[in-house]
Amino acid sequence: MNTLTFAIELAYWQQTTIRAIVGLVAVLIPAGTLVYLFLFKMMSFMQSRLGPMEAGPYGSLQLLAEVGKFLQKEDVIPRQADRVVFKAAPFVVLISTFLLVLVIPAGPDAIFIDIDTGIFLALAVSSISVIGILMAGWASSSKYSLLGGLRAAGQLIAYELPLVLAVMGVVIQAGTLNVQGIVMAQAEGEIFGYGGIGNPFIFTQFLGFLIFLVAVQAELTQPPFDMPVAESEIVTGYLTEYTGMRFLLFFIGEFATAGIFSALAATLFLGGWYLPGFDPSDNLFNVIGPLVLMGKVILVAFLIFWFRFTYPRFREDQLQTLAWKVLIPLSLINIVITGVLKVLV
Amino acid sequence: MSRPTLKLPGLLKGLGVTIRTLFRTITRGAHTVQYPRVKESPTPRARGVIALHEENCTSCMLCARECPDWCIYIEGHKYLAPPRRPGGKPRQKNALDRFDIDYALCMFCGICVEVCPFEALFWTPEFEYSEPRIADLLHDKSLLGKWMETVPEFEDYEPGAEVKKAKVPR
Repeated sequence: MNTLTFAIELAYWQQTTIRAIVGLVAVLIPAGTLVYLFLFKMMSFMQSRLGPMEAGPYGSLQLLAEVGKFLQKEDVIPRQADRVVFKAAPFVVLISTFLLVLVIPAGPDAIFIDIDTGIFLALAVSSISVIGILMAGWASSSKYSLLGGLRAAGQLIAYELPLVLAVMGVVIQAGTLNVQGIVMAQAEGEIFGYGGIGNPFIFTQFLGFLIFLVAVQAELTQPPFDMPVAESEIVTGYLTEYTGMRFLLFFIGEFATAGIFSALAATLFLGGWYLPGFDPSDNLFNVIGPLVLMGKVILVAFLIFWFRFTYPRFREDQLQTLAWKVLIPLSLINIVITGVLKVLV
Repeated sequence: MSRPTLKLPGLLKGLGVTIRTLFRTITRGAHTVQYPRVKESPTPRARGVIALHEENCTSCMLCARECPDWCIYIEGHKYLAPPRRPGGKPRQKNALDRFDIDYALCMFCGICVEVCPFEALFWTPEFEYSEPRIADLLHDKSLLGKWMETVPEFEDYEPGAEVKKAKVPR
């Protein structure tokens, strides 16, 4: 495999512009793909109907049509609403998504920042979206929004813990908080001496993977954990008073976050941008890495959305019981077992 | 709070149902009908639009009177028809000038069809007559006569019935 190296000297502002554009693309392309593939098509097929077919071939431009529709809607803010907080809330939720994409590698060199505490940064900034949702619920000055916001507060904070603890098992097994290091540990690892497919942590951390998926489902307020947005009960909870472009920001933000969390799960458990059979430091991965990662994102997102379209909603107390009494003890047991095995084996 | 029981087999069965439907839709097509390209025909006795057979109508105004929405507009005039036998009296007949049904008001109850003593009104299953302007939903006499072409034959009675089936006048 011949290696091709590109070296261009770019000024700092040019680098920053390129990074900003790539960051935007890295967030919006998975969001758009996930919305089309899973929300429009997979949900429709699971309900024995075809979904949008008119806009573009097989309805592929439906998202563009929806964006156009939302853009031309009237911007309504309730009279009693706290205007500054109301307007800022969607951006706070989106900021956490864009910050999350900084630490996920798409290739051995294709990473925005390669810091030694990458996972810690990712989990910390993912909590910012909780504040955004609370801001939306409170500032809307409406009964439904407040109820949705309070339910969201309880749920999102409760499921932060299983999310973090499930990742702990991966970190213990990889031995580093550096995300690139975790990918390398999976690429260069061996299962009982066989190094052909590396050592994707999903095999040893299967419990952690399941807990991570459930916690991600709850963090995204997807059914079965969608009490904050319980459509048939409180209209759309904290989203009720948002119209037009602001609602679109929340909507795209939700799917972008789903994409980014799936990318995180793919990186932590499935091996990230690595494809077995190649040398991990090969420059080829800088080109096909994003595609491999996208494929794994679609796989994980398929699981998340499959659960979303199958299960009915949890009641608030059932939700909290699941988090505190089931997931946290399970993830703690996972950490103990991983730690013990790491030392002994 | 009650102990959480995961009930794993039931959860997996649910997942199986959705994935099975997904694959069946991909391989064998959806349950839904893709309307503008594929048109399902409604049953023969479906109530789509009302057709008028002008020759049977005698302007008795029963349908216009009984319509709950007052959506039938009838205007007519009397004229003298030539006598049936030479040397007889000229007969007085009613002629229809105007027979409009306003389908923007009509509630498709069928009272007019039921009440007409001369069987001049008929149901047809034709439903694709939507218009961009509401005013165009007032169907005049000629359009109502055109709908007669879409009136299906009456359903057969069960075998061995004593009553003979009526025929739709064409």
